[in-house]
Amino acid sequence: MTAPSTSAARFGRSASRVPDLVFRLGTGGFAWVVVGIVVLVGILLAASSTQVFEKFGLSFLTGSTWDPVAAVYGALPFIVGTLLSSFIAILLAAPIGILTAIFLAELAPRRVAVPLTFAVELLAAIPSVVYGLWGVFILGPFLASTVDAWLHGALGWIPIFAGTPDGVGLFSAGVILTLMILPTIVAISRDVITAVPDSQREAMLALGATRWEMITKSVLPYARSGVYGAVILGLGRALGETMAVTMVIGNRTALPKTIFDSSQTIASQIATTFSEAGAGLPTSALIGLGLVLLVTTMSLNIVARLLVWRVAGPGTDRR
Amino acid sequence: MAAAVAARASISDRLTGVSAGRRRTTVDRTMRTLSFVAALLCVVPLGAVLVFVAAKGLPALSLDLITKGPKALGIGGGAANAVLGTLQMVPIAALLAIPSGVLGAIYVAEFGDRRLARIVRFCADVLVGIPSILIGIFVFTFLVLPFKQFNAFAGSVALAIIMLPVVMRTTEESLHLVPNSLREASLALGVPMWRTVLSVVLRTGLPGILTGSMLAFARAMGETAPLLFTALGSRLINVGNLGQPMDALPLFIYTNAREPIEALNEQAWGAAALLLLVVLFINIAVRARSFGRRIG
Repeated sequence: MTAPSTSAARFGRSASRVPDLVFRLGTGGFAWVVVGIVVLVGILLAASSTQVFEKFGLSFLTGSTWDPVAAVYGALPFIVGTLLSSFIAILLAAPIGILTAIFLAELAPRRVAVPLTFAVELLAAIPSVVYGLWGVFILGPFLASTVDAWLHGALGWIPIFAGTPDGVGLFSAGVILTLMILPTIVAISRDVITAVPDSQREAMLALGATRWEMITKSVLPYARSGVYGAVILGLGRALGETMAVTMVIGNRTALPKTIFDSSQTIASQIATTFSEAGAGLPTSALIGLGLVLLVTTMSLNIVARLLVWRVAGPGTDRR
Repeated sequence: MAAAVAARASISDRLTGVSAGRRRTTVDRTMRTLSFVAALLCVVPLGAVLVFVAAKGLPALSLDLITKGPKALGIGGGAANAVLGTLQMVPIAALLAIPSGVLGAIYVAEFGDRRLARIVRFCADVLVGIPSILIGIFVFTFLVLPFKQFNAFAGSVALAIIMLPVVMRTTEESLHLVPNSLREASLALGVPMWRTVLSVVLRTGLPGILTGSMLAFARAMGETAPLLFTALGSRLINVGNLGQPMDALPLFIYTNAREPIEALNEQAWGAAALLLLVVLFINIAVRARSFGRRIG
């Protein structure tokens, strides 16, 4: 962290020369492009959705009817669909991801940890639409005949597990999302766990702790806020993930009653209907949905990054 | 290791009683096994995706799929419209994003004062976190709506916005790794700062910059959501007309997967195999080089 400040100070002095000044201003312009884009995304989405918020106000968020024919727009079905599918994903991905991170950072010998870490990174490189294709034709039918059927059989008396599992719907979307956010949770948790000083581990082992006691009683408490950050970043991803979810969730515009129901998330509703939406209120309503998603994911991201920075310092969470 | 565990257990036995000691080692062993199982659970899906894409996609991946466009009417033909679309839109996006990202990163790493650098870096992180479908809507509002025409250029711009923060952060990082002594040596020789940055700092950081750019390129190749309302997709082969709709491999996979026609689904698998081959090849080639160093 000291390198940039010293070079900046030195460079600042010599920047009085004209070509250097031009270079400095030129590169500065490009740096601010990023800031400009972020600000403009917010402004444009807000400006393009004023119509729907003027007409419906807060009932846009709480209304459960979305009917373009009757010009009634209530976003609740999509908000519920988004939250439920992401909640399923977090419920599955958080424990698996954190345990994997522990395994990679604390337990695995190097020759196991290196290829495993590599594999997890590749998991993140697979395009979303490929996950979607695989989800529709392979994972969905597989889940329907195994996990879904078992869940339905064992817990079918609970209302949310009723319904007919056919491989399409909230639960399948949740499982696909699990795979897609695992790399985020694993990579960042691993980074923050690695950043825990060795003295913490040595002290615990010296007291006669087992490896697992060392991990739960000294490593994890130290890395706690960073691990929370990793999970929240994963959640932010799940909320905004579009293609794979669109392909497996069933695209049904109604409040889901069970986790096997076809549903629609904010992102999938935009993906399936935006290009055919009429100008004016219909488009404005969809951009209004987008604004809700933007505000949610942005706040989650900011909170998550601050949490990760607390443990591992800025720069560990760029994934 | 076994001896150490035994010794530890015997000490704790004396302190807490034998059964408590045994319970602690059991918990330890169980949880360590569970962590291993969790790690396996992470890898199984990777294997499953690869195996099925290979099994269903490779047979469908023929020369026709790459060289022929879809038939105007009916089923058949290939994905040439999508292949050519990806080959145009992604490089244009790279031309927009990589120079801007690298120059922006130079400013942050070499000139910017600390607070300013933090603002830019923060915005780059926020931009990475914005769902890509919203980038699609954003570009739609200023590059599609005013012209009342979905167009390939808007698609390239949307992809460029996805790539930009990735290029910028990786470049900035590799510039920070360039030792200060190199800058000092160059400046002491009387080289002006801009030349120092361009021919000393940038050249030293080049491998890292290339890595970041290639990964961003691979990511843009697989993006679908930002293209849905910008390039839209098209059944026609479009070469060079950026003002008209254009297809791309991910769009082709998406539209064909949703048709209830088996022949089209097969084409989707073929296109997926092709896309995955290229994306994974770039990722493996680029990451394998820097991997051993990074994890140690």
